Amino acid sequence: MTLMKSLMGAAAAIALSTGAALAEPALIFDLGGKFDKSFNEAAFNGAQRWADETGGSFREIELQSEAQREQALRRFAEAGANPIITMGFAMADPLSSVAPDYPDTKFVVVDVTWIEGDNIRQIGFAEHEGSYLVGMLAAMASKSGTVGFVGGMDVPLIRHFGCGYAQGVKAVNPDAKIIANMTGTTPAAWNDPVKGSELTKAQISQGADVVYAAAGGTGVGVLQTAADEGILSIGVDSNQNHLHPGKVLTSMLKRVDVAVYDAMKAGGDVETGVFVLGLAEDGVGYALDDNNAALISPEMKAAVDAAREQIIAGDLKVTSYYENDSCPVLDF
Amino acid sequence: MDKMPKWADVVLIPLISLILAAALSALVILAIGEDPVAAVKLMVNGALGSTYGWGYTLYYATNFMFTGLAVAVAFHARMFNIGGEGQAMLGGLGVALMCLYIPWPHWSLALIGATGLAALFGAAWAAIPAWLQAKRGSHIVITTIMFNFIAAAVLNYVLVNLMRPKGSMDPATARFPGAVHLPTLHELLAPIGLNFSKAAPANVSLLVAVAACILVWLLIWRTRLGYEIRAYGHSETGALYAGISPVRITMIAMLISGGLAGMMAINNVMGEAERLVLNATEGAGFIGIAVALMGRSHPFGVFLAAILFGFLYQGGAELALWTTIPRELIVVIQALVILFTGALDNMVRMPLEKLFLALRKEKQA
Repeated sequence: MTLMKSLMGAAAAIALSTGAALAEPALIFDLGGKFDKSFNEAAFNGAQRWADETGGSFREIELQSEAQREQALRRFAEAGANPIITMGFAMADPLSSVAPDYPDTKFVVVDVTWIEGDNIRQIGFAEHEGSYLVGMLAAMASKSGTVGFVGGMDVPLIRHFGCGYAQGVKAVNPDAKIIANMTGTTPAAWNDPVKGSELTKAQISQGADVVYAAAGGTGVGVLQTAADEGILSIGVDSNQNHLHPGKVLTSMLKRVDVAVYDAMKAGGDVETGVFVLGLAEDGVGYALDDNNAALISPEMKAAVDAAREQIIAGDLKVTSYYENDSCPVLDF
Repeated sequence: MDKMPKWADVVLIPLISLILAAALSALVILAIGEDPVAAVKLMVNGALGSTYGWGYTLYYATNFMFTGLAVAVAFHARMFNIGGEGQAMLGGLGVALMCLYIPWPHWSLALIGATGLAALFGAAWAAIPAWLQAKRGSHIVITTIMFNFIAAAVLNYVLVNLMRPKGSMDPATARFPGAVHLPTLHELLAPIGLNFSKAAPANVSLLVAVAACILVWLLIWRTRLGYEIRAYGHSETGALYAGISPVRITMIAMLISGGLAGMMAINNVMGEAERLVLNATEGAGFIGIAVALMGRSHPFGVFLAAILFGFLYQGGAELALWTTIPRELIVVIQALVILFTGALDNMVRMPLEKLFLALRKEKQA
């Protein structure tokens, strides 16, 4: 018992020293991990950019288990971190129970738009709009009239990506065939490049000559196989055109990095509420740079940019998968 | 007699294994330029230094007790049930159905109902591999691990397509009603004047897990069925000669095992999350194997090993929160402990046994 007491005493001393952090921002990565070449890494890049520019520092944690979600939120809030930025739809529920207990702390959550709370900045992205544009590009670049879609884990968010993509494809070529596959049903599906590669090969054997990967780390395998087999691929979240120059048609950009950067820049005064970033806000879009300039002809660019304008103006409506949990042009 | 004293077997060997694992972990931490002493202090403090830390440690330990017992019971019948993960997932489905669709008047009744259906679902998920093993000889290791994937797919289908509340993008069920909220240790201990941390998720299912440990001990060593299970595990032909039906024992042992794994869901689904999420089990079914190995398939050993693993989980979380040690290295540290205490047991045991024998011979001479 005395051993226990002395242990506890030593421990308490450390607790005091570690708990004394000041109002730094904190960033909570989702289970995919910080370096997933995609969603979480984009957040890290945004945070790093802020740190480099301001010389500030931020706390971070890569979650390992579901029970840590609420734990990390509370621990950072108690340590005085502000704002606390969290990634992914799975934070919605823990956040809605934790946020009311810390009214002076601002919380930011990416990919969540439906919870209540005065001190929460909720950021959603209109992924279906960006996916629509890359779908159009895919259909215009395809010679076989068959295009592929490789999703990560089979969750509504990824169906949302696939649904926008399919609508874009059908808008250009109503007879196009879309082969959609999900990598898996467990979180491992976010980080399984080998399976991504196999799915791509299977889609190629069915005639696909453009494949869109919305699968986190799994997408690395999709892009690699597409480049090896001489077909085109489309990256996601970050600009992945540089991974295989001349082989990646484009990337569907989801500017998570900008969202995180802006939140950190605003610090404790960050504006709360619900923000949906679409084409109009440059929250989503398609990537055009030196690596894929030769693949996107002026006609393709003109057609996509026209569609972009129409969507922003409200003349063209891309149906969201969430509206009635189904997609008008694609069955999952 | 060529055996070590009992105290060496039970205390000394695990202790030496732990020290070896700690030493190697310290080297790992040193190699990435962090202070190992501070890291260990942080882990001990974070996991055991406050009621808050204990609350998380015990929460994880409760999960591991159930899955550890599940593996241990199957071990006694010489079967390797690595399907605890899938059985616990299905158990979670049972808990969710009970909590969402039945208006319970009080949590205690809900706990009984949810425990029952969780155990039933878990047992049902174990029943098919068990039947295939007993009747067709399909190896239980292969079938149970395959059933983990089927369980993940079933859960994914149910959560994405059937039980997800409209408008939510998160593949999870709605929150359970307040009436089925299980009291946490804070609420349990407050009436007797103990102030346990409010934030920690440890709850009344810890007591259910402890009760399960005692019941499993009674079952294995104090009942006829337990005797039959052990006899079958030691020698199938011997058991057959004694009139014990292999089919019956295989089925019963696996049903109990699956039921115990399924019961884990009352802790993580009903006690902590209060809704069913896709990733609810997060590997506890596999940790159960390590817990059972380390606990030598004895319920008390499982109890202690589960607390050790709970400590590793919670301590690891604290490391992730307050240091820059990447989470991959935290997994390495956790894995080293598993490796030394579970897999490399003989590395410590054999030299130690020789040492004890040499000492004894010297005494006799």
